[in-house]
Amino acid sequence: MTRASVIDPISPVVTLDRASKVFSGRRALDAVSLTIEPGEFVAVIGRSGAGKTTLLRCLTGSIPVTDGAIRFGDGDLAGLRGRALREHRARVGMIYQQFNLVKRLRVIDNVLIGRLPHLIGWARWVSVARIFPHAERDIAARCLEHVGLSERAWQRTDTLSGGEQQRVAIAKILAQEPRIILGDEPVASLDLANGAMVMETLRRVASSAGVTVITTLHHVDYARRYADRVVGFRQGRLVFNGKAVELTDRAVVDILGESRPSDAALAPVLTAEPRWATS
Amino acid sequence: MGDLVSGPFAAIHAASVPALPPRRSELGRSLLAAFALALVLGWAGRVIELRPLELARDIGNIGVFLKGYLHPSFANIGEYAWQCLVTICIALWGTVLAAAISIPLGLLGARNLSPHPAVYFVTRRVMDVLRAVNEFVFALMFVTAVGLGPFAGMLALGIHTGGVLAKLLSETIESIEPGQVEGVAATGAGRLHVIAFGVVPQVMPNFLSYVMLRFESDIRSASVIGMVGGGGIGFYLWDTIRSFKDREAATVILLIVAMVMLTDIVSSRVRRAAI
Repeated sequence: MTRASVIDPISPVVTLDRASKVFSGRRALDAVSLTIEPGEFVAVIGRSGAGKTTLLRCLTGSIPVTDGAIRFGDGDLAGLRGRALREHRARVGMIYQQFNLVKRLRVIDNVLIGRLPHLIGWARWVSVARIFPHAERDIAARCLEHVGLSERAWQRTDTLSGGEQQRVAIAKILAQEPRIILGDEPVASLDLANGAMVMETLRRVASSAGVTVITTLHHVDYARRYADRVVGFRQGRLVFNGKAVELTDRAVVDILGESRPSDAALAPVLTAEPRWATS
Repeated sequence: MGDLVSGPFAAIHAASVPALPPRRSELGRSLLAAFALALVLGWAGRVIELRPLELARDIGNIGVFLKGYLHPSFANIGEYAWQCLVTICIALWGTVLAAAISIPLGLLGARNLSPHPAVYFVTRRVMDVLRAVNEFVFALMFVTAVGLGPFAGMLALGIHTGGVLAKLLSETIESIEPGQVEGVAATGAGRLHVIAFGVVPQVMPNFLSYVMLRFESDIRSASVIGMVGGGGIGFYLWDTIRSFKDREAATVILLIVAMVMLTDIVSSRVRRAAI
């Protein structure tokens, strides 16, 4: 038995209760109140510096809020450190813009990293030498199969394309069995086809497991297409909180401001043939 | 030399020259730096009694000196060859000891991994001392503990090189990609796992390369450490030169040169194959 059973069976309700974060006088988060129900797919949009990254870092427990509270279920994230912080992080699966996989390791080993917090007893120690019990390797193999990358298991991770690496990161999250998935611009460094594929994989695994996803996205189109709910931030304040279908062009302008290329112009790019591809 | 006047970019090239912001001349600074450097070099040359003319006039004396070395004696070559092997063994174990010392020091002395600034500071100073004290001095120290011989030499070499490798390792660790480490830590993995999965794969190639490079330079150090009682061929180098056995000394020097060349070639082959 190597599986820890301390984790709740389902995603907790995530509650922000007038949460504020102040960095040297600047309010990166300004009295944000928000409730996210288990299993919701939430897109966070806003311009650079609007507080999206601060929100994510507060949710991972990396930084404490200055005022108010953030709760996972009944548990307050304030003052998490040491073992309690590690247990919290095990419950949170992170997916990053730059994938943050260990490039020189094999693909399967990166997936197995997701199993590390679940190891107990001798398996925990032996794993330092990258030796894992068969049961754990089987779990990793299944997770890799689930994102369609079994073939790549023994390749070095940095030989994979960006889109493939992000899917390995999703397999790693599947192995980790988190109760919440947090995304930090997971498709911002991928081209549109790969981005769509990663978003679809993320959406599919989250729905089938019933796990909450909270992710920042800078393409409003992705938010509309894949999220249940969109929350918009502007200068640290929550300025939009509604269903993805309620995110009108007008609302987008309210969140992001006028000086951005219209999303309507981008929409055809996602679906249609490139316009300049004619001979 | 395209036709600028009529090419596709002609309009841009034909436009009036805009007023760029004024550029500061760096000539003065360069002249000042050159003057300062010349001053320092001149003074340092006087300190070391630089006399090029004398060297040119009396360079023939070196030929007289070398003539004694033209006929190496092979009477004791068996013993010398054995001592060269001893020298290689000293370097081998010295490098292993150095690598073992450098891992904990390197981890504690890397700014991004050290558990506390005080630990970082103390570790850095320990590394400085190990590097600053010459292996000869360490050899004299260890001779008092374990007596004359290769063991003392190996300890001395290992301790000194340990400081060097620790500094190289800690600097390698400081330059790793933090994202890859964060990707491991974010799963809730413990400190040991974060190091094993996030740090080790990133620093391993560089570290191995440094260890093998240091092995090459440890061979050179080990070949002279016998002068202070550290074992190996260095004792004979010292002994034959001091007692004017030119033909014997010539043999020893030739063997050392051959040994260093050979180990450098083998080591660099291994280094390239391994990394």
